[in-house]
Amino acid sequence: MNIVNILEEIEKVDGEIYERLSPRRNAMKDFYNIGKKISLAALPLAMGSMFQKAYGQTNPSTVNDVLGFALALEYLEWNYYNHALTLANATYIPDGAPRAAITTIRNHERAHVDLLKGALGITGADGYVYADFDFTASGGFADVDTNYQTFLKVALAFEDTGVRAYKGQAPILKGNAVLTTALQIHSVEARHASHLRQMVAANVTGASGLKPWIAYAANGNDTGIAAVNAVYDGEQNTTQAGIQITGINGTSVSQSQAAECFDEFLTGAAVKNIANLFIKAGKKLT
Amino acid sequence: MKNNELITQDELQEERLFNSSLGRRSFLQFAGASAAGIALMAAGCRKDRNYGDMNTGATLDFKDDFGVLNYAYALEQLEAAFYVKVASAPPSTFTTAQKAYFQDIQFHEVAHREFFKNALGTAAIGSLEVDFSSIDFTSATSVLGAAMAFEDLGVAAYNGAGVRIKSTDYLVLAGKIVSVEARHAAYIRDIISNGTFADLASLAPLGAVNASGLDGALTPDKVLAIAGKYVKTKINVINL
Repeated sequence: MNIVNILEEIEKVDGEIYERLSPRRNAMKDFYNIGKKISLAALPLAMGSMFQKAYGQTNPSTVNDVLGFALALEYLEWNYYNHALTLANATYIPDGAPRAAITTIRNHERAHVDLLKGALGITGADGYVYADFDFTASGGFADVDTNYQTFLKVALAFEDTGVRAYKGQAPILKGNAVLTTALQIHSVEARHASHLRQMVAANVTGASGLKPWIAYAANGNDTGIAAVNAVYDGEQNTTQAGIQITGINGTSVSQSQAAECFDEFLTGAAVKNIANLFIKAGKKLT
Repeated sequence: MKNNELITQDELQEERLFNSSLGRRSFLQFAGASAAGIALMAAGCRKDRNYGDMNTGATLDFKDDFGVLNYAYALEQLEAAFYVKVASAPPSTFTTAQKAYFQDIQFHEVAHREFFKNALGTAAIGSLEVDFSSIDFTSATSVLGAAMAFEDLGVAAYNGAGVRIKSTDYLVLAGKIVSVEARHAAYIRDIISNGTFADLASLAPLGAVNASGLDGALTPDKVLAIAGKYVKTKINVINL
């Protein structure tokens, strides 16, 4: 029975254990030093509390907080697509398959809004309307209302962000029936993202190589659109739970395929920073 | 490549047995459990766990996360075997781009399979024997139809199993994988019929709810019943 042995075992499967514990590195050292002296009876309690600090939510959030956060993102998406589809400019989103696809996506986002409002017991008007958003992102996407390419770029950023946002909130919903619903929304957003990536590849200048999945790029962003770097921050990761995926077990899994085959999550704070670029003052997410 | 892969896996397995690695999840369970003293002592004594037995079929014991991970491992084995076969000899009508993307998907599924194998270590079930006799690998229609079935089912499987996962880390990992499966599903659906990437009405048998914009979600027993036609190995399910 050796406490140090146990910590080493954890390190093997979780190479970041000491980083997770880093804010309490000194406490960790103390723990290490006194580990041998702690009686077996007292040890479980001490260990349990230490690992709760390392892995647990430092920022307590309730299920309703998560649903409210998700709802705000769905408002953003729905208003974006709905506005574009109702613009007078007939050539903006071409008729046929493009308009049909955007309509499908728009309808799903509305269904998500209604579902989440229902789950939160909100019966009144929408909490966000079109006027609350600035889809040009303070001029970064100035022609979003007239240029189909720009429209697709922003749409893709929203969908890939949505996928990462739901993923990041999953731990708070762990073991809750709401988690299943959130996952069912999450994979629909991923289907949207996959299709939009193909629309971007087919229509956006210089993006013909864009894959339905997020390929490796040094900074995570495989879209070539620098303005959305934050959306893809960390997607270049090829190590999962301490296991290197590139060439795993002697296979020919490439670096890009290793990055592609696991989508990364974004923290709530990172998602809010991205969403707030498109939300006007006074209505920004906090 | 195949021989290398086998050798490497054997070596890994050997190394694992030697080190008797302790899964993170089991440790966290131990740390929080009231019987932690006993569990920790077990860890200290380097006790081992073994669920896999290739001779008597595979048992998925859903009493803990190992069961869920083995369930995912089984599905990824199935998907990987399918795409390895497709990528080795794609239907003649596949375009260059389609061949390249099916190559990607092949390696995504192989990576998922190997990831679960390594993460499970000695708790991993054995290799499943597949039965693809219902698929005509020379026909694009047959291959795409099967690929769509696998991907849509995979999404529904992860969505339905997520709530069973007790470890935060594994929950997030499952989330990281399921969205990639959904990207595959959408891509394959769009090849079959452009615009059907998220045809939720057609996914109702897998638990999707079109009116609420929800994708499929199925419990493991239902998923395994559907997947059963592609698997020769007997899969036993306990503690579901």
